[in-house]
Amino acid sequence: MSVILSVENVTKTYDSGFEALKGVDLQIDEGEILALLGPNGAGKTTLISTICGITTPSSGRITVAGHDILSDYRQARRIIGLVPQELSLEPFEKVINTVRLSRGLFGKGRDEAYIEKILRQLSLWDKRNAKVMELSGGMKRRVLIAKALSHEPRVLFLDEPTAGVDVELRKDMWQVVEELKSNGVTIILTTHYIEEAEAIADRVGVINQGRILLVEPKVDLMQRMGRKQLTIELQDPVTDVPDSLKDYDLRASDDGNALIYCYDSNGPRTGITTLLADLQKAGLHMTDIQTHQSSLEEIFVDLVKETA
Amino acid sequence: MNFQAVKAIYLFEMARFFRTLAQSFLSPVLSTSLYFVVFGAAIGSRIDQVEGVSYGAFIVPGLIMLSVMTQATSNASFGIYFPKFIGTIYELLSAPISFFEIVIGYVGAAATKALFVGLVILGTAYFFVDLQIAHPLAMFAFLILTCLSFSLLGFIIGIWAQNFEQLQLIPLLVITPLVFLGGSFYSISMLPPVWQTITLFNPVVYLISGFRWSFFGAADVGIGVSLIAIAAFTAICLAIIWWIFKTGYRIRS
Repeated sequence: MSVILSVENVTKTYDSGFEALKGVDLQIDEGEILALLGPNGAGKTTLISTICGITTPSSGRITVAGHDILSDYRQARRIIGLVPQELSLEPFEKVINTVRLSRGLFGKGRDEAYIEKILRQLSLWDKRNAKVMELSGGMKRRVLIAKALSHEPRVLFLDEPTAGVDVELRKDMWQVVEELKSNGVTIILTTHYIEEAEAIADRVGVINQGRILLVEPKVDLMQRMGRKQLTIELQDPVTDVPDSLKDYDLRASDDGNALIYCYDSNGPRTGITTLLADLQKAGLHMTDIQTHQSSLEEIFVDLVKETA
Repeated sequence: MNFQAVKAIYLFEMARFFRTLAQSFLSPVLSTSLYFVVFGAAIGSRIDQVEGVSYGAFIVPGLIMLSVMTQATSNASFGIYFPKFIGTIYELLSAPISFFEIVIGYVGAAATKALFVGLVILGTAYFFVDLQIAHPLAMFAFLILTCLSFSLLGFIIGIWAQNFEQLQLIPLLVITPLVFLGGSFYSISMLPPVWQTITLFNPVVYLISGFRWSFFGAADVGIGVSLIAIAAFTAICLAIIWWIFKTGYRIRS
């Protein structure tokens, strides 16, 4: 796959002296979905704004499909669509006109058939003649997406697309993202919601305090860092792990009603079979067993804590 | 050059104008009529003629200029301030367009609206007074130049303004007084000598004077001076806009 977006050692220091980006490197392949995770103020929006031309980088280089965003900004920006975090829309204008404006701004001639297609895809066709101010928050979010797609971009930035959106609409939005991906659009989304990244992203990037901590395929990340836990409920409580089981990475729960075993589910041997046999030998009776895999959220919290 | 973008901005801005067409049309008609009733009928009946022209006709160029200047400024300043205020400026900044093209779109639309208002006032004036335009081409040229230059000024104000109060500040505190004191409703020769000299520092005097020349063939200051004045004013506005573009002043961090 070819690289469509390349960010090389980009820094951004605002006039106030605040360093929002401290040397960011990022390569995005065409057609992938990258979720950029990070706490508030991590630099997510600054990074997107810098790539899209809303703020100018202090140093570093950004290219989109080989076009430098500063020296060749017209070509670079034609390829990009941006859905901002805020619901910024002209309130008195009709939905379809704001979408037409966007298409024109990006240098494309009128194409009513294409505009109808995206409005239908986003369930906005019935609302095309409604004024923007008459729409609900979720609908406004869709209008922003329609505007961003109006000029047929190859790269789409979604800055917190589902912030403040109800569960049902969030699922709809994921559906839209899925469809866009199948059309070959590269998507970079920022989010607070780990479940969102978990549900739709191919790769996950974690950003904190203006630095990218890691970018990895979601599956790898979860496998690498996802420790599994086996919880064994006991019939009779124990005060400590019996001596015969000291070799296992095992600890008793606080109330002594359970033993907790940590293991790597991807390792050559999990040790579960022998552990269970040894438990029986030690004369412990089990009432229940359950396993738990750490979610992306836990991984994320750990990572951010490490760098804090 | 991204012509599609210029066209899109222009049409989008004009759509705002057409949404409120009745207002855009009725308010200049009404205000002009009021001026004619008050200045033309009430005061004009006591003033015989100014520079060989009936008072009612004499004030027409000044009336048009008054509205055109305020309309051009407020339209252009609002046009670019509103996207800043509601946040839709992000789209302009992320689109493949140059600042120059943004200016053409917004200033072009604001100037068109001001021109429309100017022509409506001219049309209304025909109902009240006998009007002969001595130099129609010069009249149009002056009108269009004024629309453009004050729209440029409005654009600068819109970029500079950080709230609605600031947006109103310059039109209200600077432009309206300068236009009123710039010989809209009187000839400078009617003032005492000291005030005649002071008035010559008011740039609007040259614009109104030149515009009046195109109507009646006579003016307070020479037409050449008027042309230089409006060219200088336009050049200053363009220079400020070029500086805004270079520095990203109040638009791009």
